[in-house]
Amino acid sequence: MEDIKDLILNYVINEYLDDDDEKITYDTPLISSGYVDSFSMVSLLVFLENKFKIKIPPSKATPEAFDTVNNIVALVNQYINK
Amino acid sequence: MSNFGLYEDRVRNFEWSVAEKELEYTDGNVLNIGWYCSDRICLKGKADKTALFYEGFGGIKKQYSFNDIRLAGNTIGNFLRNIGIKNEDRVCLFLDRIPELYFSFLGVLKIGAIVQPLFSAFGDESLFVRLENAQTKAIITQRKHLSKVRKVLERLPNLEFIVIVDHNKTKKLESRELPFSLQESKPVENFEIYPTRAESPSVLHYTSGTTGQPKGVKHVHYSIISQYLTAKWVLDLQEDDIYWCTADPGWVTGTSYGIIGPWSLGITQCVLDAGFSAQAWYKFIEDYRITMWYSAPTAIRSLMKAGEDIVSDFDLSSLRHLASVGEPLNSEAVIWSQKMFGKLFHDTFWQTETGSIMITNFPGMKVKPGSMGKSFPGITGVVLDAKKYEPITEPGQVGLIAFKPGWPAMMRSYWNNEEKYREKFINGWYLTGDRSSIDSEGYFWFVGRDDDVINTGGHLVSPFEVESALLEHPAVGESAVVAKPDEINMEVVKAFITLKPGFNPGPDLELEIMNFIRKKLSPIAMPQSIEYMEKLPKTRSGKIMRRLLHAKEWGEDIGDISTLEND
Repeated sequence: MEDIKDLILNYVINEYLDDDDEKITYDTPLISSGYVDSFSMVSLLVFLENKFKIKIPPSKATPEAFDTVNNIVALVNQYINK
Repeated sequence: MSNFGLYEDRVRNFEWSVAEKELEYTDGNVLNIGWYCSDRICLKGKADKTALFYEGFGGIKKQYSFNDIRLAGNTIGNFLRNIGIKNEDRVCLFLDRIPELYFSFLGVLKIGAIVQPLFSAFGDESLFVRLENAQTKAIITQRKHLSKVRKVLERLPNLEFIVIVDHNKTKKLESRELPFSLQESKPVENFEIYPTRAESPSVLHYTSGTTGQPKGVKHVHYSIISQYLTAKWVLDLQEDDIYWCTADPGWVTGTSYGIIGPWSLGITQCVLDAGFSAQAWYKFIEDYRITMWYSAPTAIRSLMKAGEDIVSDFDLSSLRHLASVGEPLNSEAVIWSQKMFGKLFHDTFWQTETGSIMITNFPGMKVKPGSMGKSFPGITGVVLDAKKYEPITEPGQVGLIAFKPGWPAMMRSYWNNEEKYREKFINGWYLTGDRSSIDSEGYFWFVGRDDDVINTGGHLVSPFEVESALLEHPAVGESAVVAKPDEINMEVVKAFITLKPGFNPGPDLELEIMNFIRKKLSPIAMPQSIEYMEKLPKTRSGKIMRRLLHAKEWGEDIGDISTLEND
């Protein structure tokens, strides 16, 4: 579980944060804070689908489901465990 | 009762001088947007009235009076003047929607310089081409965007100053970088405002076309005449309104109607600097008792997607008038808003180049859901025959939307590109690049673009710009970019690519290319999907036939393919 969490957290930090000084945690809002906008969310979705070999239906890829790393992990787990 | 009244009454004998009189402007006098939006409102006895309610991410809340924004504009203007910024120098605002963005806008204009707002999500290459084209002298930015500026700095010899509004001393400043803190600066009470005139340049917004690099649309201070009157008559802004324009000032709506329109009228406005979520937006309306809401179809469709149940969790009864801009507003969204809020969204049509609203469904006028509405008084709007460029008089016939030049907010030129500017006019008409029909009652009905420009979520993306950036990725051999239909954003970017020898198609490479464009250009320009091709369809002369790829995406007839090259 921790591996998935850290993997996603590190990906978000490396890909979407421009400022090295900014720190985010598993619970930091990503979408509602503006770190990841709705257009960029698509690339995050592709990353998850590629990395975990899953398919997340468009109806489940909501701003709320992507709003924190913890939320994303919960979403991914629904499909990994299927 | 709306400010507008009856359409027929307003159109009859209309003169733009009605706005000049209300603003107490006479021809030849000094006209400065920065002064009109702050100092003048204070002189009218509204110094203590709230100009801005600001809410940032994490619940940061701030409130500023018209006197506060007057002083802030003076203070920033004074700082810029002291470092050597002069009238007509270009000053870029590369900021999130923080208060300093709005105050810097006023400050730059107060010293007679030209304000160049840029969307802060732009990647380094998008930033570079716009700063290079404008030969920008200073950029005002935040710590978080500094790395993008530093990446392109060496290639920008004209950029003398990088002003950082939130420098916290943990990051060492480099050459040309200057800290500026509004909180720590002594407010400048008395400030000599540069005596700009009606035709003095004011705002430089960049917009994308089918070919070539983005074009800098030059506006002048006289634009306030149109922006003031359209904000009053179309957005129906009234003395006690609490107004929310959801657009970012990196785009023209965010300046024409997110700063100039409301503040020249002395209206209180709200800014929410946070990402989108239906819950946060509804809560914002509830908390600030917003009465007038100006948003975009993409946002409205996102709210529709969030469902109807959530709406009843909030008290949205303060809403009095709703309007929309950026892309065609579908009739379903109009009907939905009536059901959810008891109010219709009123579509408005205009462009970066027009500077102010041109066609709209007016308050109090019959709204035809799905229609763009009618021309603003004083605006001669027609649809032209695509071959003869003459107005079509038969109702329902599709043609090119065009306007008779001469309204106050019309662009005065494309920056350093007179040729492109001239191409926008034919037979004495300004061509918008959009197509529509006009019905027997004078309502316009949008059909689509007349070129390959992609309108995604209300933002124009140049296929050429994305194709060029794709070619800079080491794996990409050839590229073609078209619009793909999208439920929320109307259109999104889709790329077709061929790969260079030694590269294999696959999902990981697709993601890598998507992120490459996102960082280089912007999230908006990032292809939402990429299709690998063995070869791209081309004419016999070697030109890529985007038209075929577009038709494929939209399920349309591919038309004449006689010029398609054979194997």
